[in-house]
Amino acid sequence: MKNIVVAGNGMVGYKFCEKLLARHNEGLTDGGQFSLTVFGEEPRPAYDRVHLSAYFSGTSADALAMAPASWYADNGIDLRTSQCITHIDREAKTVTTHTGQVVAYDTLVMATGSAPFVPPVPGVQKDGIFVYRTIEDLEAMLAWGKRATRAVVIGGGLLGLEAAKAALDMGLETHVVEFAPRLMPRQLDEAGGAMLRQKMEELGIRIHLSKNTAEFEGYDRVTGLRFADGSVLEADMVVVSAGIKPRDELARQSGLAVGSRGGILVNDLLQTSDPDIYAIGECALHNSMIYGLVAPGYDMADIVATQLLTSTSAKTFAGFDMSTKLKLIGVDVASFGDPFCEQIPHRTIVWEDRLAGVYKRLNITEDGKHLLGGILVGDAEAYNMLLQTSKNRMVLPPTPEDMLLPTRKGDTSSAGAGVMALPDDATVCSCEAITKGTICTAVTEKDATNILAIKKCTKAGTGCGGCVPMLNDLITETLKAQGKIVRKVLCEHFDLTRQELYDLVRINGQKTYAEVLAQYGKGCGCEVCKPAVASVLASVHNQLVARQAVIQDTNDKYLANIQRGGTYSVMPRIAGGEITADKLIVLGEVAKKYDLYCKITGGQRIDLFGARVDQLPYIWEELTDAGFESGHAYGKSLRTVKSCVGSTWCRYGVQDSVAFAIELENRYKGLRSPHKLKSGVSGCARECAEAQSKDFGIIATEKGWNLYVCGNGGVTPRHAQLLATDIDRETCIRYLDRFLMFYVKTAEPLQRTAPWLDKLEGGMAYLKSVVIDDVLGMNGQFEQEMQHVIDTYQCEWKSVVDDEELRSQYRHFVNAGDTDETLAFVSNGRGQKQPAQW
Amino acid sequence: MVTEFETPETLSWHIAAPVSAFPADGGACVKIGERQIAVFNFSHTNEWYACQNMCPHKMQMILSRGLTGDQNGEPKVACPYHKKTFSLCTGENLNGDDYRIETYPVRVEAGMVYIGL
Repeated sequence: MKNIVVAGNGMVGYKFCEKLLARHNEGLTDGGQFSLTVFGEEPRPAYDRVHLSAYFSGTSADALAMAPASWYADNGIDLRTSQCITHIDREAKTVTTHTGQVVAYDTLVMATGSAPFVPPVPGVQKDGIFVYRTIEDLEAMLAWGKRATRAVVIGGGLLGLEAAKAALDMGLETHVVEFAPRLMPRQLDEAGGAMLRQKMEELGIRIHLSKNTAEFEGYDRVTGLRFADGSVLEADMVVVSAGIKPRDELARQSGLAVGSRGGILVNDLLQTSDPDIYAIGECALHNSMIYGLVAPGYDMADIVATQLLTSTSAKTFAGFDMSTKLKLIGVDVASFGDPFCEQIPHRTIVWEDRLAGVYKRLNITEDGKHLLGGILVGDAEAYNMLLQTSKNRMVLPPTPEDMLLPTRKGDTSSAGAGVMALPDDATVCSCEAITKGTICTAVTEKDATNILAIKKCTKAGTGCGGCVPMLNDLITETLKAQGKIVRKVLCEHFDLTRQELYDLVRINGQKTYAEVLAQYGKGCGCEVCKPAVASVLASVHNQLVARQAVIQDTNDKYLANIQRGGTYSVMPRIAGGEITADKLIVLGEVAKKYDLYCKITGGQRIDLFGARVDQLPYIWEELTDAGFESGHAYGKSLRTVKSCVGSTWCRYGVQDSVAFAIELENRYKGLRSPHKLKSGVSGCARECAEAQSKDFGIIATEKGWNLYVCGNGGVTPRHAQLLATDIDRETCIRYLDRFLMFYVKTAEPLQRTAPWLDKLEGGMAYLKSVVIDDVLGMNGQFEQEMQHVIDTYQCEWKSVVDDEELRSQYRHFVNAGDTDETLAFVSNGRGQKQPAQW
Repeated sequence: MVTEFETPETLSWHIAAPVSAFPADGGACVKIGERQIAVFNFSHTNEWYACQNMCPHKMQMILSRGLTGDQNGEPKVACPYHKKTFSLCTGENLNGDDYRIETYPVRVEAGMVYIGL
């Protein structure tokens, strides 16, 4: 029995344990049996430091854990937390902890990691100055941050910008101070750093470059930073993130060889100067390099684990590619290969779009054949492909600049097919060192045909997740290569696309989910196909969704929007945003009676929050009695048609935008669609209704109306595109009927109009030819179907209010009249309520 | 370690509600003592399942309002909030998260639904 002792339980220390067990289970056993003891100086087992900032947005410490404490016990690992090894006796081969525990080792693996480097600036010991490394550091920052207003982060590198995001999440005014003349000096060149700075400043983070902190001001609490140039920056909280220094003090004290600037010296086998002691991760100095990233640390962990289990010679560590891609506060940043090429003759291709905040640089060999490295800021979609191209020295196309240009809308073929050109031994997932060959084999031989199965089968994509898009491409392309047709089918229960199902239901007239499942599906259905079929049934027949509540998605099920804490919000229709004083009073009275939180929404409506499920029918009854109807805020259907005040009041208006908005909202209300639909009508070119950010938007002209389609706000804002110019009211409605019905019939589930148009072959030109020139010859049918929807409209709330059977479904318990006693509210400090913490 | 209350001898059956109180192929919440239990009826396979009503992800009393279905034949429920899905047989999370829920046996007799706790 060999005693293996691990000093340090960070990410790499944990990965070593995981790899040791995995390799052992794979049959590497000729190294004999072993026992494993792990010492960690922190109170909790290893956690994911890379995603520490998630702790600020509410992720719990437990969720960050690499594995729960029980995992170690279940696998026979003796994990001792809050135990710091203070002495190694290399003669006796024992380690001693600060509490006096002594454990003998045959092999000692040092994974002591690194500590934040804190420059010796006068005043650095003052209260309010933090480092950013452990969960305890974050807890201290959070506690202090509650009383702080302005945070300054020292260090504009990777970790510093992560820390800045944390400060921003805490609601603090955030500044970043960097010694170098640009951000992320180790990864980015001047232009890339400038682009990142622009993006950071847009987000409200102020950047100070070429600043050398000379002193921290303040008596015992920090009040500001004084720089070497004499300038002062006030601050009541400081986070120092100026780099790392390897934790080599134990090694140093035990007489192991260390580098002059820190780090435990290791050879290619990762052995220290004592062959029974290994060092891995950020504490190891290999070939004059400290690797401050997770992927090389994991690679080292695997190499040592493999060596310890085999008597024959094993893999060695041959350095590691320091390419990185990350999302910093929502901004993609990547650098790969040799990003600067300061020593190598090369040619450079640069693409810069300051408006969109995108900077890309490629370094290619002088003969233009190979990619040496590069930098991506603002758009790193091509990262995986570029990284593989440079790593594998693949021959570049004759026009390498194509690799930098933004992919044209609707053109998704090129990147996808490109992955198949990679050699089989190309590493696709660098965290877990999984090659393209392994992925493709998993697809062809183990039937892992979706991302979840690939993760389970190969572990690829389970680390940083950066390779997931490429894994998806590999799955799709491998299946295609096998001659399997890749269609966007609904789910495992329906081997049909939404469009195919829509046509079948329209032709054959099924009315219920059970009929559709029996005819075209298998199994019991799921949370994906049930709402999708519900939407198709509603679009085709326009029946009440409440009659099939069990297949509706969360909000459609109760005709209201579920909110934190388990209550719902109620939003009546206020067409075009126009409302009388009397109706405003009704809303106020209802809100008061049921103690509802009131908020004006972005769609010119009033939302009433905090209604219990049993209160919903009573609230609707009062609202519908006063002439209100459902606003469909819960549905994948038309939400609002927003309007500006238009020519009736506005001195600039050229058409009556309010009247037209109300007419359109009342025309299309209740239309069920693949996703929500939003609209706006503006009375002049000033566009106060923001119609160009809507699924369909109309802007008044002197001669009539301009019709725009396929825009949206949200995560990926898109401007709507012009479909027709200077058309009259009737033509506009006719085009809209056709456009909407065409979308409803052909889109995928939960696909909004803009991505639908992207996928539509022929794009806008084709859409025009369908809607205006009727190339499909379908417009008569589209208009007829729309007329059916309009003619069969009924208020969904009123239908429930008037139906005792439907009404009876609105209660929390079916065997008791009680309400849910876990519902709890607190004051929001502004005279209204809010849900208690969730 | 085997805990005692899991053995059939000490399992006690509690009346939940009549079969008619539960929607076909859907779920509903019942109160048994102070506990909230989500009960699901799969009319397709004529099976019944019960589990805790609280979703362990955000600690909300909500699972009874979730969409039901199956994953490769394994019956499951999806939380209405963030679509975390759980096996109704083992209680395990099916998205690969560490959460799990308690499941309970269900018996239907003479039009009445009973839960074993």
